[in-house]
Amino acid sequence: MLPANNNIKDMRVKMITLWINDKQYQAAEGQSVLQVALDNGIEIPHLCYHESLSSQGSCRLCLVEVTKGSKTIMTTSCTYPAMEGIKVQTDTLEIKKARRLVMELLLPLAPDAPKIKALASELGVTEPRLGPEPENDNCIKCGLCVRACDELVGAHAITFAGRGVARTVEPPYDEEAENCIGCGTCVQVCPTECIVMEDQGMERRIDKWKRTLKLKACKNCGRPFITFAEIDFMQTKAKNPPPEEWFDYCPDCR
Amino acid sequence: MHRLTSVEELEKVREKILKEKSTIKTCITICLGTGCHAYDSQTVYETLQNEIAAHNLEEEIELKPTGCHGFCEQGPIIVLYPGEICYCRVKPENVKDIIEMTVLENKIIEDLLYEDPVSGNKFEKESEIPFYKDQNRLILGKNSSINPQNINDYLAEGGYRSLAKVLTGMAPEQVIDKIKKANLRGRGGGGFPAGVKWETTRNAPEKKKYVIVNADEGDPGAYMDRSLLEGNPHLILEGLAIGAYAIGADEGFVYVRQEYPLALENLSTAIGQAEKLGLLGENILGTGFNFKVKIKRGAGAFVSGESSALVSAIEGKVGEPRPKHINTAVSGIYGKPSNLNNVETWANVPVIIEKGVDWYSGIGNENNKGTKIFSLVGKINNTGLVEVPMGTPLRKIIYELGGGIPGGKKFKAVQTGGPSGGCLPESHLDAPVDFDHLKDLGSMMGSGGMIVMDEDNCMVDVAKYFMHFLKDESCGKCVSCREGTKKMYEILEAITEGKGKEEDLLLLEEIAWVTTNASLCALGGTAANPVLSTLKYFRDEYEAHIKEKRCPAKVCKALITYVIDQEKCTGCGLCQTLCPEKAIEGEKEAPMTIDAQKCSRCGICLEACRFEAINVTS
Repeated sequence: MLPANNNIKDMRVKMITLWINDKQYQAAEGQSVLQVALDNGIEIPHLCYHESLSSQGSCRLCLVEVTKGSKTIMTTSCTYPAMEGIKVQTDTLEIKKARRLVMELLLPLAPDAPKIKALASELGVTEPRLGPEPENDNCIKCGLCVRACDELVGAHAITFAGRGVARTVEPPYDEEAENCIGCGTCVQVCPTECIVMEDQGMERRIDKWKRTLKLKACKNCGRPFITFAEIDFMQTKAKNPPPEEWFDYCPDCR
Repeated sequence: MHRLTSVEELEKVREKILKEKSTIKTCITICLGTGCHAYDSQTVYETLQNEIAAHNLEEEIELKPTGCHGFCEQGPIIVLYPGEICYCRVKPENVKDIIEMTVLENKIIEDLLYEDPVSGNKFEKESEIPFYKDQNRLILGKNSSINPQNINDYLAEGGYRSLAKVLTGMAPEQVIDKIKKANLRGRGGGGFPAGVKWETTRNAPEKKKYVIVNADEGDPGAYMDRSLLEGNPHLILEGLAIGAYAIGADEGFVYVRQEYPLALENLSTAIGQAEKLGLLGENILGTGFNFKVKIKRGAGAFVSGESSALVSAIEGKVGEPRPKHINTAVSGIYGKPSNLNNVETWANVPVIIEKGVDWYSGIGNENNKGTKIFSLVGKINNTGLVEVPMGTPLRKIIYELGGGIPGGKKFKAVQTGGPSGGCLPESHLDAPVDFDHLKDLGSMMGSGGMIVMDEDNCMVDVAKYFMHFLKDESCGKCVSCREGTKKMYEILEAITEGKGKEEDLLLLEEIAWVTTNASLCALGGTAANPVLSTLKYFRDEYEAHIKEKRCPAKVCKALITYVIDQEKCTGCGLCQTLCPEKAIEGEKEAPMTIDAQKCSRCGICLEACRFEAINVTS
């Protein structure tokens, strides 16, 4: 698994030269080919990639052709590290065909998600041949939520469960996600909006993780704005935790 | 016995064991491998123990439980030495006769000998039975003479001599050179040259290195590695230790499925015994070479047999494949160079060291040296494990060793390479079975599964079966594999239910293409083979299902009807009594009829009818 690209940039590693669509580019060694392309304004479709997270390569949309030495392979650009001298093609006929077919397989999982719909029509999937998955809750199992919770938040509240077609994202043992602090990072990164977080009165609910949390109200405006669990988490886990009073006021009233 | 501190001591111990064995008059071996065990060979074994005691013959007879001999169709198998008299399908009630007639009076019990189903000939000696005669049992052979729980048996057969030879007389580079020259290719399916892989791991910069035995055998119907682990665990350990020395590893793992209890038991015993004798552990045979072996138990995920997934599993993580821009030979367990080979590959190593490259190279064909073990199953007379030189034609394996198709049925296809292998038709039966030829034909060698199918198998149904397996066994990470196998399964299911559309074939081919090309690991990369190979060789069957709503093999329930031949039916009423759906109508003594609406096509009536009056139409 490639580490998050943000981390690589920070490490100031060796610079290398690679070719993308017959043009030469400089990149930090070990950065993903996808990130190098994006940094240079070359669009490669992707759903399970985020520059602040490690790459998993599960959506398979960022496929490219990489030639290293005499060997050319089709591979996901988010997991392929930038190496000296490699030649990357991002838009060959085969690549376009593969992306279109991958999207045909993806679309039935989240046929109504705006981002997926838009990308599908961009990739040429105009008349889907495969019907929607009636049982599915729009989750495409890209794992951005799991990685965000593990790597950015550090709460480790949710995980993959099951294998093959039974693969799902769940709280451990499919019981209330006790480690979930209700921060909503998973909601932010989800490309299909399948994680719903709702505040009702003094409670925050994320039904997908079977989680209900108590909210704290702003001392000034009275609006509930943060969970007690998140305050606790920040106080105990943050390197330089803010003083407790910081959480007395909502961001608008601070 | 104490820890051996030199090769001389090992040889002394060996002499002592051989001397003790030379006084034994009769040896009775009985297979307690998984196949025979299922036929209750354990009870036969215990009955033998009691009978020997009852005749006060404990001193004269050595009763030896062994691993799988290979001819599982005929189990439980016992072989009596000297004479190599082989008795098949032995039951506890036969034991008294075996001791009293064969052991004490030297008389053969004809009824227990193997009878060839084609010629009717009977065979006394195990090695003369056609199933064994044309095999070259380089690796599997010692299974029939070794008690896997007793290291002395392995030592009596020359065991650990190759390790001793390597440790005292060969530099690591020389060992690698030998394995490279022997052109030993990975028996797990990839066929990658083992020596090249060893060299890569040896030359990798990190000092700490690992060697791994991949015993995560998971193909339906395949049990070669299981039988080797159960029957001759020291052979694998010796090969692994030789590899560790050549590579520069001091630690090894055997990744075995939890579902192989006997393999786990025998392997643990073997490791314990080898450590006690100083053949594993610290300062092996006083040479200064240290090598420790640990068992890691797998939880039954097929995908964990993929090298990077297996490495993850050993590290205690979920067995999911990782991208291999740097392969496991360079960066494996905890990022250290890790050389992974399959059970059978490791088992070949001591043989190559013992017999030499020239001898080994004489077996097999140009690019495929040595033998390969196949588990020959399905519609075949002689079910079991066969070991043949690489390059042996499929026809020879199926018709000569396997004894052909039962019931005079017509051969239709052979599926090689496990669930992601391909189905090859009659026209390719003369193809040599090796890594390269099978791949060219759209199938693969895999780890050695060989499933034979006859005219009663529907190839669309077969493809559906394998896709069902693969959709559940995909790790689910890549969309192309997870959703691809699922969609292929759903389309195949619709076709077998008579709901197929003509455009489905193009859709199937496209999904197969993207599953093959867009997935990360070899599971996804080969998952479409059952679909692609059946589409290639049996397209007419797909078309019959789709265009004519007909299943030519009369398998797919939605497309077949059971009818009673009014002229043959005597009205005996047996089918009527047995039918679980109460679908058979009519009065006794007069021809009956089947209500197609009620009939669930279970086939009970067909099996029960004594007058062949029930027909299946499609």
